[in-house]
Amino acid sequence: MSAKTATAETKQAAPKMRKDMTKWEWTRRQMVVNKVGYLMVAPYFLVFLTFTVAPVILSLLLSFTSFNMLEPPKILFFENYVRLFLDDDIFLIAIKNTFIFAVMTGPVSYLLCLMFAWFINELTPKIRSLVTLIFYAPSISGQVYLIWTVMFSSDSYGYANGILMDLGIINSPILWFQDTDYIMPLVIIVALWTSLGTSFLSFIAGFQVVDKSYYEAAAVDGIRNRWQELWYVTLPVMKNQMMFAAIMSITGSFGFGGVVTALCGFPSPDYCAWTLMHHLEDYGGARWEVGYASAIATLLFLMMIGANMLVNRMLAKVGK
Amino acid sequence: MAKKFKFKIKAHRLNRSAGGDIGINVLLFVFGAFMFLPMFYAFCQALKPLDELWMFPPRFFVRNPTFKNFSDLFRLMSTSYVPFSRYIFNTAFVSIAGTFGHLFLASMAAYSLTKINFPGRHTMFKMIQLSLMFHATVTAITNYITMSALGWVDTYWSLIIPAFGSTLGLYLMRQFMDSSVPDSVLESARLDGAREISIYWKIVMPMVKPAWLTLIVYSFQGLWNSGTSIYIYSEELKTFNYAIQQILAGGIVRSGASAAATVIMMLVPILVFVVSQSNIIETMASSGLKD
Repeated sequence: MSAKTATAETKQAAPKMRKDMTKWEWTRRQMVVNKVGYLMVAPYFLVFLTFTVAPVILSLLLSFTSFNMLEPPKILFFENYVRLFLDDDIFLIAIKNTFIFAVMTGPVSYLLCLMFAWFINELTPKIRSLVTLIFYAPSISGQVYLIWTVMFSSDSYGYANGILMDLGIINSPILWFQDTDYIMPLVIIVALWTSLGTSFLSFIAGFQVVDKSYYEAAAVDGIRNRWQELWYVTLPVMKNQMMFAAIMSITGSFGFGGVVTALCGFPSPDYCAWTLMHHLEDYGGARWEVGYASAIATLLFLMMIGANMLVNRMLAKVGK
Repeated sequence: MAKKFKFKIKAHRLNRSAGGDIGINVLLFVFGAFMFLPMFYAFCQALKPLDELWMFPPRFFVRNPTFKNFSDLFRLMSTSYVPFSRYIFNTAFVSIAGTFGHLFLASMAAYSLTKINFPGRHTMFKMIQLSLMFHATVTAITNYITMSALGWVDTYWSLIIPAFGSTLGLYLMRQFMDSSVPDSVLESARLDGAREISIYWKIVMPMVKPAWLTLIVYSFQGLWNSGTSIYIYSEELKTFNYAIQQILAGGIVRSGASAAATVIMMLVPILVFVVSQSNIIETMASSGLKD
């Protein structure tokens, strides 16, 4: 990699040519010539390494120990992981729920983002920005999803209960966010409602950068309808956007949990909407079993990275 | 007449069937309603007088709009243990300090990563890309250890400094610089003897205005919407969002005031987005991940 970029470098009028130097000599020379680059990167990277890279490495190391913030860590090797999978029933519920949420808010929301961005792209510019705002607003408006607890509140003044009772469908109010039958579907609906975020905007932008002349050329070549146009022209052109949007969707979907806490409390009734994020918060933030929590964090980290790598490999095939 | 109309559509819009257009608009309308109505409901709730809030059967729209809920909210705020202005100051201070620190550090790093040819920059950028792939919850617990080692627990620093290093902003900035700042401009400045830092500040930054607006919006929204933090204990350092959560948790009696609080919380990010929408879209156009 570095050799390739180094050959592209021709601006230095070096007395000694690139081909006369060993790779190491050339690299060191580049480091000296461009030392200002390191200086400019340094402040950001210091913060980035301290608060993003170091914690990941630290939690990998701590996951093999019994650290609790007070006593010095004892090395347990894989005991934390064994305990997670064999002794912790709630962890298994958390894994199951995390996957359900990940599938619903990951791929489903991703396809919704793509679909709506595609539809919105057909509108005229003024209406387009209005509709974009309507679809995007729920994801940026902080805690506005709490309005769902008002709509689905557990007394007869909540909108959903009120209507159903008025129509005579039910006789007594349903405890929507306390009833284990309703929690998952409701939370998934709210999750989808708030999930048209960064990936959605990325798609909106992606559709706009496609050169109009491609469509004319494609029509001459025999593209007959909008589906073919999307599949053969648009998607291959915006493949990079699709990969970025996928990362945003997947990362968000695995970190899902805050909405559940806000809607049905912590813990949710019967742990029925308990996710890995809650499990992590419980052991790390409430019980101070940092070693155990680190094992959860490490697993969550590996799941997110794994899912992202897999999906990006799949998306690389679009239009090929 | 009808024939002429049809011809016109065909001439302007390639490969579009009328049936498809209708289908798309119906779907957009249905899902648009699904997205919009809860937001609109929040507005209606905030404007409803007490008797309409507790009406059976409940009504969706407000009949006699009143601002009483907002005045109730402000009265409620004045009775809180910590003056409400303090919560607002905390949120504003953390949001603004965090956003501007992030803007300077990230744009400088982005310039260096894109336009200065130092060995190791590709590895650095790979690390940034990788870090987009996991959620901040993974790092929260171990960051607590770092924070306490630094003595930052229960200080503003614990909220502000990590925001400086957030990765999405740097990523978007770098992609935008990569696609919209031509190297030739920089080369001629370098031949004139300009230093890298002044090229970055005087030439590149004015060229990437959409990117830094986007970065400001994202960072600001994230910080504005951040509620409880595990690093903060003192009531005096907690954010507006946290205070609103407390009011919302207050339950039945305050439901009118809580609806008003929700509306205030959502208005700020929405207004920020409305003002900056076109710039954000322009930035996102270059957001693509190249393999």
